[in-house]
Amino acid sequence: MAAPLTLLLLVAVTVRAALYRSSLADLISERVEVVSPLTAWKRVVEGLALLDLGVSPYSGDVFHETPLIIYLFHFLVDYAEITFMLADVITAVALYLSVKDYNKQVFRKQKYALEADRYPLDCLELIRSPKEMQYIPLKVAMFYLLNPFTILSCVAKSTCGLNNAVIALFVLSTIKGNSRTHSSPAEGNSIYPLTLCAAALLYLLQRQYIPVNLRRFSFWWFVAQYAFMYLGSLFVIVGLSFFLLGSWDFLPSVYGFILSVPDLTPNIGLFWYFFAEMFEHFRLFFLCVFQINVFFYTVPLSIKLKEHPVFLIFMQLAVISIFKSYPTVGDIALYMAFLPVWSHLHRFLRNIFLVSCVLLACSALFPVLWHLWIYAGSANSNFYYAITLLFNVAQILLVSDYFYAFLRREHHLSHGLYLKRKDGSEATLVLK
Amino acid sequence: MGLLSDPNRRRALISLLTRLNAPICVVCYMAGVAWFMGLAFEPFTLRTYMSENAMGSTMVEERFPAGERALGTGREFSAHKKKAGGMPVDWLVKTMQSRGLEVFTQRFSRRLPFPDEDKERYMVKGTNVYGILRAPRAPRTEALVLSAPCSPGDDNNQAVGVLLGLAQYFRNQVFWAKDIIFLVNEHDLIGMQAWLEGYHHTNTTGMDWSPLQGRGGSIQAALSLELSSDVVTSLDLVLEGLNGQLPNLDLANLFYAFCQKIGVLCTTQGKLQRNDWDSVSGYSHAVQTMMLMVMKQASGRPWGDHGLFLRYHIEAATIKGINSFRQYKTDATTIGRLLEGMYRKLNNLLERLHQSYFFYLMPSLSHFVSIGYYMPAFGLLALILLLRMSSPGVLSVLTPLVISHLTGVALYTLPIHFQEIAVEHFPVSETEAVVLTAIAVYTAGLALPHNTHRLLTGRGTENGWKVLKLVAVLYLAVLLGCTALINFSLGFILALTLVPVAAFVTPDVPKALSAFIMVILSPACTLLFSVFLFQELQEMPVSFLDGWMLYLSVISQGILDHALYGSLVYPLVALLVYPCWLLFWNILFWK
Repeated sequence: MAAPLTLLLLVAVTVRAALYRSSLADLISERVEVVSPLTAWKRVVEGLALLDLGVSPYSGDVFHETPLIIYLFHFLVDYAEITFMLADVITAVALYLSVKDYNKQVFRKQKYALEADRYPLDCLELIRSPKEMQYIPLKVAMFYLLNPFTILSCVAKSTCGLNNAVIALFVLSTIKGNSRTHSSPAEGNSIYPLTLCAAALLYLLQRQYIPVNLRRFSFWWFVAQYAFMYLGSLFVIVGLSFFLLGSWDFLPSVYGFILSVPDLTPNIGLFWYFFAEMFEHFRLFFLCVFQINVFFYTVPLSIKLKEHPVFLIFMQLAVISIFKSYPTVGDIALYMAFLPVWSHLHRFLRNIFLVSCVLLACSALFPVLWHLWIYAGSANSNFYYAITLLFNVAQILLVSDYFYAFLRREHHLSHGLYLKRKDGSEATLVLK
Repeated sequence: MGLLSDPNRRRALISLLTRLNAPICVVCYMAGVAWFMGLAFEPFTLRTYMSENAMGSTMVEERFPAGERALGTGREFSAHKKKAGGMPVDWLVKTMQSRGLEVFTQRFSRRLPFPDEDKERYMVKGTNVYGILRAPRAPRTEALVLSAPCSPGDDNNQAVGVLLGLAQYFRNQVFWAKDIIFLVNEHDLIGMQAWLEGYHHTNTTGMDWSPLQGRGGSIQAALSLELSSDVVTSLDLVLEGLNGQLPNLDLANLFYAFCQKIGVLCTTQGKLQRNDWDSVSGYSHAVQTMMLMVMKQASGRPWGDHGLFLRYHIEAATIKGINSFRQYKTDATTIGRLLEGMYRKLNNLLERLHQSYFFYLMPSLSHFVSIGYYMPAFGLLALILLLRMSSPGVLSVLTPLVISHLTGVALYTLPIHFQEIAVEHFPVSETEAVVLTAIAVYTAGLALPHNTHRLLTGRGTENGWKVLKLVAVLYLAVLLGCTALINFSLGFILALTLVPVAAFVTPDVPKALSAFIMVILSPACTLLFSVFLFQELQEMPVSFLDGWMLYLSVISQGILDHALYGSLVYPLVALLVYPCWLLFWNILFWK
């Protein structure tokens, strides 16, 4: 498998290098859909300049990355393009390896279930074969590297690429079995990957064959161990940042910024328009509502998907990308890279065509309506927010469609493919 | 969400759509065209009204007295222009200074990618002269612009005369709150582009200009004046700007209100409004006016010097004086009073014009159709494309897509690059070389389909064309939607001709007949028919040969406009619409 992967990496790096040298690079790095106040390269350069002058890079409310990023780029600023390309390559390879491992486990579990005769007889066509699963890791890497969203994000030198690399490494280490320390860098960059630790916890529990039973001591002991390791490494990361920077400035500038959303630059998320027209009196209330919205889905999703933690990771990544305070297309590219892993669900997906058409049309309309709003002056922010809303609705529909397909397949695997009502007539599954 | 989740209802709806697909498509197309035609019918339109409160209720008494003197100044200008063989810069500077303005000049030069028929040379050099009347008691934060072009020959002398006369009159008034910039630009749009780029410190088109020494504030509104005779019978308002952008409707309303007040005949598209909307000829007159506006907007050219202001978010319009065979003539004093009144009202603006519509069509100056009324016509056409999207499939159609787009890129880049080679080998001028190369690449693209599936090497399967059709239909729908948002007329005209092609092309239809129909409905032939229709609408029908020459000049102007001002029509058609059409051509000849 190494040869096709290497070829893919070469193609991806060539495309990115070609775009870096063209005149489009400047144009892309200004697009608000690709860079946000959190991830813009211009702000990193600004922070580096402030650091060189001896001033705290967080003064002036320009720079909102963790100190680790700024010290990384302190040494690597001349090789920035290579760094971002390398980050993309790391993400792709990490996803490739993790999906390969996951497929092996899925196949092994399926084999045991088959031997234990746990599947009804008529759902044999739902059983996955190694042949069909063989190219999935390569497709995952391809989906990530050749996704136009990823390419745009890399050419714009958005630090989202680095965030994606860290999250991909976290997923890889989770699937390999020892992710307790790896989640904190992911969480160090923004707060939202905190929700991924629930999924990682469930995965590790499954791997250690500890059942998720609230009454058992082994479960709580493992949770305590995990929490201790996680919090410990989080403190290590925060402490390291403090020692590098020399002050606690970064806490309000990074985490405070993400949570309190003071910058209302338009982006593809849902926050900016709401908070632009909100009265000050209600701002805190709605801020809490919006931020809880991101974290809240962890609870019901974990309960429902406790047997399938990797799908839970996918759902969580999607929820974070849609509902976070400053999303960009790079975040979307990360969860879309997982879609080939669920390619066996295609027969149960209901709206995939509509969703992909809407996503395509919205991606084409984003720059058009931005132009009409900002340059021609004929439109206004409502038009742009309408497209943002439509884009997010399409993403939510995509994610919920996959969720439905996944659950439906599980249902069929336990109850048989051709469902019959009690009197023997044919029944269909309807989601009400 | 019952429709999306309930499988029974979905199946019923899908079977209905599959059974009645063709009839629904035909009905949608007819409905779209009928809706569009109905837009000109007067009871379906709205009367124009002033939306901006600041311009609404002030009573202005216009007192401009010096029309004859302005005409005399115009004659002086004409004499000096003949003597200088171009723009009489020194005379203009002296005259404006004597009227108490702060005068500045700007030199510019531009190398054309290929010479057009008017200029017949590569390098265009000129000078703009402008004088700023500073607002007596206000901070210099906002400005208004009045411009007149310095045209070669005898044109537009009176315009410069009226401009200078107004400058003198305005200088004596104390209530101006905004700076007024009186601009005389050379070489029409090229000079205007240089001035605007210098004023706003942008350089988007690669022109060489000297920086502006004097500036007013941010420009709120601009009017361009074209007046070539001492008396006029009517005043024509030109609204269409670059890339089909239109100024705020309030500017047109302002013009119309003042024409009514002063008693000057006003027209749009050169056609006078008629009162008999319920008769056939009256209705067809309104349709002709609206179609003229649609064609002018679709061409993406700026139709007056005002067209370039719109890109900088400055509302601008051009007022043309027309002298035709009517008894009642309006003299220069009245025109001066009209302009004075308009500028007094614009002076009152507290913020930029934004209250009224930016997207509209005007069947006459007193009636308009807003975007909410005309978009459904386009929506009905786009609906056909959505209905024709059938089953999804695997994305295995990369080869035809890549080849079509490469042809599009060739159509975009080759004509200008190969003009030298073409001129060496063929006895044609550079302009003709560019245009003929464009037509040659376009026609060469038609020959492609017989080659592209040999490259597919055995993947020309029975149902491969269905996937290609799906991709092409989706591509066309998104493309037309985006175009209609920016330039509705262009999007609608392209939709009218491309949607039937897209909806009904399959490999099974009779090849010769459908190939002929497809070529008739292709973008190039649409342009040819539009040229003839445009001449018909203006009541200046041309013979076939003249029309063909006009068509060639339209193509060269389109390419030149893109290079000079950044007009989007030519790259849109060459890089996006033409490859899309080629995909359908490919489907037709699928083996």
